[in-house]
Amino acid sequence: MSEGHEFHGEPLLRVENLGIAAGSTPLVSELSFSMAAGERIGLIGESGSGKSLTATALLGLLPEELALTGSAHLRGFAPELFTAGDKAMRGLRGDEISMVFQEPLSALNPLMKVGAQVAEVMLVHRTVPTRAAAQRRAVELLASVKIPDPAQAAGAYPHQLSGGQRQRVMIAMALANDPQLLLADEPTTALDVTVQSQVLELISAQVRERGTGLLFITHDLAVVANMCTRVLVLNKGRLVESGDIDTIFTAPAHPYTRALLAASDISATDARGRLFTVDTAAGYVPPALRTEVAKEPAAGAPERSVRPAGDGLITATNLGRTYHRARIRAFGPRPVVKALDGVGFSIAAGERVGIVGESGSGKTTLLRILAGLDAPSTGSAVVAGTEVAGASEADLAPLRRQLQIVFQDPMGSLDPRMKVADIIAEPLLVPGHKLDARGREAAVHRMLGLVGLEPESASRYPHQFSGGQRQRISIARALVNRPSILVADEPVSALDVSVRAQVLNLIADLVDEYALTLLMVSHDLSVVRHLCDRVIVMKDGRIVETGDTEQIYNNPAHPYTAQLVASSLELAEELAPNP
Amino acid sequence: MLVRIAGNLARFVLSLLAATLAVFALMRVLPGDPAAIAAGENATPEVVAGLARQFGTDRPLPVQYWDWFSGLWRGDFGVSYVTRTDISPLVADKVQVSLILVTLAMALALALAIPAGTIAAVRHNRPSGAVISAASQLGIAIPGFLLGIVLVSFFALRLGWLPANGWVAPGVDFAGFASRLVLPVIALAGVQSAILVRYVRSAVLEVMHEDYLRTARAKGLSPLGALVRHGLRNAAIPVLTVTSVQFSALIIGAVVIERVFVIPGLGSMLLSAVANRDLLTVQSVVMVLVALTLVVNLLVDVLYTIVDPRIRAAAQGER
Repeated sequence: MSEGHEFHGEPLLRVENLGIAAGSTPLVSELSFSMAAGERIGLIGESGSGKSLTATALLGLLPEELALTGSAHLRGFAPELFTAGDKAMRGLRGDEISMVFQEPLSALNPLMKVGAQVAEVMLVHRTVPTRAAAQRRAVELLASVKIPDPAQAAGAYPHQLSGGQRQRVMIAMALANDPQLLLADEPTTALDVTVQSQVLELISAQVRERGTGLLFITHDLAVVANMCTRVLVLNKGRLVESGDIDTIFTAPAHPYTRALLAASDISATDARGRLFTVDTAAGYVPPALRTEVAKEPAAGAPERSVRPAGDGLITATNLGRTYHRARIRAFGPRPVVKALDGVGFSIAAGERVGIVGESGSGKTTLLRILAGLDAPSTGSAVVAGTEVAGASEADLAPLRRQLQIVFQDPMGSLDPRMKVADIIAEPLLVPGHKLDARGREAAVHRMLGLVGLEPESASRYPHQFSGGQRQRISIARALVNRPSILVADEPVSALDVSVRAQVLNLIADLVDEYALTLLMVSHDLSVVRHLCDRVIVMKDGRIVETGDTEQIYNNPAHPYTAQLVASSLELAEELAPNP
Repeated sequence: MLVRIAGNLARFVLSLLAATLAVFALMRVLPGDPAAIAAGENATPEVVAGLARQFGTDRPLPVQYWDWFSGLWRGDFGVSYVTRTDISPLVADKVQVSLILVTLAMALALALAIPAGTIAAVRHNRPSGAVISAASQLGIAIPGFLLGIVLVSFFALRLGWLPANGWVAPGVDFAGFASRLVLPVIALAGVQSAILVRYVRSAVLEVMHEDYLRTARAKGLSPLGALVRHGLRNAAIPVLTVTSVQFSALIIGAVVIERVFVIPGLGSMLLSAVANRDLLTVQSVVMVLVALTLVVNLLVDVLYTIVDPRIRAAAQGER
């Protein structure tokens, strides 16, 4: 079987003319594909492309208000899936077709022990004779997904496990009855990089071992290249292209596929050193071809002529931040959590510094302290001439003018009841600004133009914008009072790939134009690599390594950094010829 | 878990101590010397002073407080300044009446509201769900005493099925006790269940949109099975909060229903004591009400700990 989609005999899954509509609005239309037994197919597309709806439809769990047309057949199951009815589908769900969801914390019942949740799926389908047998089998399954101390983990509640462990529980649950088909909906998007690669490896190993068919939904092309043999590309509910991984990634036929590929390949830049976007994708050369041709010097951040000089604009000395947890024993001491522990560094004016690390590494706590939103327990941090430790709100006023933040979630960080004009103008209302109403209006319009939004946007509300546009609004708000330091906390992690490149280009341009000092937190190493000159690597509240970006990437000194670099999936590497 | 319950208990004891101080202080701040009130308007200062000595109200406040407090400890509220009778047995009687009435009413309200609210949530976009929601809106608008009067005029006066009012202790005549309880309990539970339906409905609706319910469906559970096995316990947490608040409010709020049905409960006792300016009785009843409220809160806190494992290990130090 040289090509995955040419198979003999009955396919495992055959979907014909799948259509999903909300009233008269089509969400998915004319989607047809089939999957051979044990085949691994990637379903890629951006948010709103209909990829999750497709999986939900196959499971028979679409919300009632959506209309479903077309047909789907599963091998060994006589009725057509879309018309089989809930009772028949119940027999399939969790038994022949199962699903792993994106957010493992909310997908597990918080009030039920995970062992019982795994056991339940076997009891529902009576694949084990007794409750005790189900419990025993659950522990075995937890062991097979490599959860340490599975017997103890079975008695734990979801909140007592880490994110990666929770997703392993979900996988154990999905595979408990040896399904023919596993649907995985962005199963690693909510996980840390090092955990992501482990979980992907686990899913890959399990489906290969059991011969399970896999429909893997993701927006991340590097993940698809790693996991699947064949790809379906969805755009606005339509299948625009499908084919083998190699074909799709080296010779994309459809302009959208090419655009998606270009936008997600963050190691490639155009002639001006900017990331490719959907608009500039025509000039993009897919990585597989690029490596074949020659080692282009395109990778990495563009060389900047101005090197930072002078004293530290931000200086942290021995910073610590501890939290107290609730007592475990009545008269024992309260356990202490060290979110930051002896962190020290200095950042010069004009530098672009990235902070990388996993969740819980203390990177967000560090940002909050530098921004004056949290107070350090020990040590000192001087930011643009203001000592943050022990400062009162009045002391922090100059800092608030000098430092502005762009937050991760463009949905949650903008007040939904404020107009865009008021959101952007708000930093100008702090005492000390002498702009009148007209001056503020002019400033708002200038900023909207700068971040590439229409002037009419000023009178609208945040919910009327897409995620990328909202992040542009956040950037406009951050820069309106001309700060010297821009802090960005995961600014693109909530955005689609095609938008990600545009926002990163915008940040890069504005940092140059405003001569900003950039401090960016990200779990995504490729983003940091593109934007930053220097990297600070954090783990468990400490800095484990710091240095020049390229040097850290090519020659990580600390084992943890090496692990981070190795775990990060990049398109070019995933497409490199497999041994 | 035990640490948390011990903490709850400690907080309960401290709150109770603080409450005795607050109640005592409040009563002293109110105008009117108990001895002068008891002696009547035309009494000579000597008579008043004599009564004050007899009541002990001429002693320093800390001594009076200690006297009252140590009495409470033994379950002795003292002797009323107005009726000159022992308060404790009276209060004990009334507490029993009120607790029976309120607990039964709350149980009935929950028994109606949990299924009704769940159905209203599951069928929120169908007529039957809308009917339940509308009925609960209406129920909230109807005052309990009105419902009581309507019930009495229909079931007691027109049909003669049940006695119109009164109270018999359960030990004396259980059938009489039960038959007299039916109408007031329904009158009291009506509004409560109407209020609770709304909370149950919104709690269940919220749970229905949770990812773990989708997971349960993906395992092959039926919609109802998923809701019962994974949803209801999660939905119970907000409902528990409302129930505890409503329960405390109900103990004193039952006073109107007690009037309508001529039931000798705590609320009635408090009102008549206030009307008679019977200071020590007011103080005793208020103290009992505060204690009951605290006990209910304690029970709910312990229930939270049992229902929700996350509360057992909740981090408290996070700013």
